Amino acid sequence: MIPLSWYLILSAALFSIGLFGVLSRKNAVAILLGIELMLNAVNINLVSFWRYGDVAQMAGQVFAIIVFAVAASEVAVGLALVISVYRRRNTVIADELDLMKW
Amino acid sequence: MTAMQIFFLIVGLIILGSALMVVTTGNLIHAALWLIVTLFGVAVLYAILNASFLAVVQVVVYIGAIAILFIFAVMLTHKEMRDRGPQLNNGWWLNAVIALLTFGGLFWMLRSWNGFLKSAADLPASYDGVAQLGRALISPDAFVLPFEVASVLLLAALVGAVYIAFNRK
Repeated sequence: MIPLSWYLILSAALFSIGLFGVLSRKNAVAILLGIELMLNAVNINLVSFWRYGDVAQMAGQVFAIIVFAVAASEVAVGLALVISVYRRRNTVIADELDLMKW
Repeated sequence: MTAMQIFFLIVGLIILGSALMVVTTGNLIHAALWLIVTLFGVAVLYAILNASFLAVVQVVVYIGAIAILFIFAVMLTHKEMRDRGPQLNNGWWLNAVIALLTFGGLFWMLRSWNGFLKSAADLPASYDGVAQLGRALISPDAFVLPFEVASVLLLAALVGAVYIAFNRK
C-alpha cells in the first residue's frame, strides 16, 4: 500500500515546478500553464487527504470539484484577457505589458 | 515494494518529468501538449485513489476543455513567440532557488507532522463513492451552497470571457 507521504511529496514537487513556471516564464499563456500545474498539485493533496482520512466525509472530493470549476473559469477569463491584449498591443510577453506600471 | 508502489512511482515520474517540460520547453504548443501528459498522469492518480468520478472529470474538463483552450490561445497569439530568444526570464536561476526552497519548506513541515506515513484504510465492501459524492453535492446539510456558487461563478466567467475577447470592430 502506498503511504500518504508519497502523494504529499509528489504534489509538493508539482507545486514547486508550477511556481517556477509562473515566476520565470515570459509568455503570459505559459504563466497560465504554470498556474494549472499548481492547481493540480492542490487537487492531488485534497483527494489524497480524502482517501486517507474518513472516506464517509466527501469534503475533499467536493473541494476538488470546486477547484475544477475555478480553474476552468480562471483559464477562460485569463486567455480572453491575453487575446484581447494581443489584439491591442500585439504582444503577449508579460514584461512588455507595463501599461499600469508607474 | 509492491506492484502498486512501482506503478505509482512510474506515474509520478511521468507527471514530474512532463511538468518540467511544460515549464522549460521553448515551443508553447509542445508545452501545452506536455501539460496534457501531466493532466493524464494526475487522472491516473485519482483512479489509484478510488476517486473514479474525479478521474473522469479530470480527463473531460481538464484535457478536453482547458488544454484545448490553451492550444487555441497559443495558436491565436504565437505569431511572434517562435524566435524571440530565450523563453525564460534573466533571473530564472533565482526563481529555481525559490521553487526549491518552497519544496524544501513543504517537505520539512510535512515531515514533522505525525500523520505523514499513514496508510489508507480499506474501503468498506459496499462503498459507492460516486453516489456519496452526488448526495454531498446537493444535500442542504452538506455542500449545496458552494455548488450553486460555483455554477454562478462559471456563468460569470463565461459572460466575462465573451465580453473581454469580443472584437468591437
